[in-house]
Amino acid sequence: MSDSIAIDLRNVTKRFGDVTAVDNISLQIRDGEFFSMLGPSGCGKTSTLRMIAGFEYPSLGQIYIHGREMGHIPPYQRPVNTVFQSYALFPHMTVEQNVAFGLQMKGVDKASIPGRVKEALEMVRLGSFGARRPRQMSGGQQQRVALARALVNHPEVLLLDEPLGALDQKLRKEMQLELKGLQERLGITFIFVTHDQEEALTMSDRIAVMSQGNILQVGSPTEIYERPICRFVADFIGETNFIDGTVREANGTHATLATEEGLHVQGYTPRPVQPGQSATISIRPEKARLLPVNGNSTPAANTMPVRVERVSYIGSDTRILVRAHGGRSLSVWEQNTLSTLDREAYWEAGDEAVLACPVDNALVLTE
Amino acid sequence: MIEASSKTQARPTVRPGFRLGTISWGNWALGTHALLVYLFLYVPIAVLVLFSFTQDQFGTRWTGFTFDWYARLFSNDRLMGAALNTLYVALASTVASTVLGTLLAMAMERTRFRARPAVDGLLYLPIVIPEIVMALSLLAFFAFFFDIIEFVTGATLRRSLTTVTLAHIAFSISFVVVVVRTSLKNFDMRLEEAAADLGANGWKTFWRITFPLILPGIIGGALLAFTLSLDDFIISLFLSGPGTSLLPVEVYGRVKRAITPEINAISTLMLMLSMTLVFLSQVLQRRR
Repeated sequence: MSDSIAIDLRNVTKRFGDVTAVDNISLQIRDGEFFSMLGPSGCGKTSTLRMIAGFEYPSLGQIYIHGREMGHIPPYQRPVNTVFQSYALFPHMTVEQNVAFGLQMKGVDKASIPGRVKEALEMVRLGSFGARRPRQMSGGQQQRVALARALVNHPEVLLLDEPLGALDQKLRKEMQLELKGLQERLGITFIFVTHDQEEALTMSDRIAVMSQGNILQVGSPTEIYERPICRFVADFIGETNFIDGTVREANGTHATLATEEGLHVQGYTPRPVQPGQSATISIRPEKARLLPVNGNSTPAANTMPVRVERVSYIGSDTRILVRAHGGRSLSVWEQNTLSTLDREAYWEAGDEAVLACPVDNALVLTE
Repeated sequence: MIEASSKTQARPTVRPGFRLGTISWGNWALGTHALLVYLFLYVPIAVLVLFSFTQDQFGTRWTGFTFDWYARLFSNDRLMGAALNTLYVALASTVASTVLGTLLAMAMERTRFRARPAVDGLLYLPIVIPEIVMALSLLAFFAFFFDIIEFVTGATLRRSLTTVTLAHIAFSISFVVVVVRTSLKNFDMRLEEAAADLGANGWKTFWRITFPLILPGIIGGALLAFTLSLDDFIISLFLSGPGTSLLPVEVYGRVKRAITPEINAISTLMLMLSMTLVFLSQVLQRRR
């Protein structure tokens, strides 16, 4: 991956009437990167993509593609192509004609078009479907035609607007791997818009998490999952337990929180906090441990006594719902590393236990 | 095709209703009703066609078969002249109203402004106002307009084929807009974005994507305009000038004196023309 910048957004704002869809965002996407924009619907991810494509122009700010300011350059003069959520295949043309369209519009040498179309269709494993009409194909096949139609033009950047949204779960997984493989082979920058966090984690080199027109965090899937910068990101990506409280002590990277029940929990702070400030502890269910009650010792740091409420065995792991003293429920996932039918190996409802969480597995987050 | 037929098979063949044997009374009555309505609609037309071949010179009794009236028709300069005028007006007004109406439909479908509902309503007014009112208003307008021209330039203008054509364009546009807008509503705007994304400018996008996809609607609108113009009577009567009469007006003038099989013959030809056009339009639209 080279270090040059494919897409550079500088203080971009987009307003539709009174509604601010994108609120002063700045973002750099590297050349050859698989970059995802992730967020709930209405977070501004699609508006951002449409501004890069040229379907909308920013109300404020600039967009650069490979160093060139896009300003009001129309979509048909930009070095990017889009794969639409609804595919938007031309229904009156065959698959071949659909794929050839971009090359014809660009005035590519006529003799070379059939070869390139064939190559693009083979790349998406639709070599023998050229003569069909889009409506004679399944959703997954249409999706691949849309991909071939965009990639045949050798765009500098490929924009994908929730392209897997209409596919069923199994096909989706297949397409995720296929897309990722394609991107690695071609080395083209992919900008992928999705509201599916698992999809973003699976495919992306980096992810931008968006909410209400803002970018909350940009980072690798690991960074986003392991070190979410705020409560929203921790909540949106994966599952987590939140415990609200007040900061008691803080020293740069770590802080101690006092919960309403009077427990003290210590955790890592991605952002500096001040004593007295209210904050939230986030503990991922797979990062907490359940330990047997050790009668006489004094409670260790970052532990709390709990009672097991419900145990769901789901094969690869066991999901345990526990209730802390004071009524708060928390979930803990234990991986089933032992192959045994012995019921003693698992927790049962009613068991008393201690929930423990290493300091670096707990995160002290603010809004 | 396979899918379609399996769908029809999947539909239950048994329908609820009062049953006698395998045919329910309700379906029997409905079928008979449909037959009667078709007879009511088409027997008069069949009689007209039949009597265009009768030897009876008043064209109201069957006295034997002949092609004579068609032969006479083609040598009747007055009737043929009126037929040619009618075709000319119909073709010219169809082309003009289709182009103008399609562009207007696109403008109405793609722009949003506060007064749009009101403007929408105005557009459909020519469809609902009585034709006699439309005819009078056009007549008054041309009289007024000609006066102004005469006052300003001294030139005297008269009603002519041009005024009829303009009048036909005026009342056809609304119909074209209604039909074309239906196809524009069903048109997926994202296809235009996709075309722009693939490098097509507005002009190429229109001709390669939008136009082919809304063409059935445009053809439908054009056919409607053509048939409306072909059989228009009131506006043609008011707006055509001396010596430039159109077929419906000419036919009416002759019928006032006497019905002749010649009139039946030319009516039959007009009927054939309309039916061919409707048939063609259905074939064209089904191909998509």
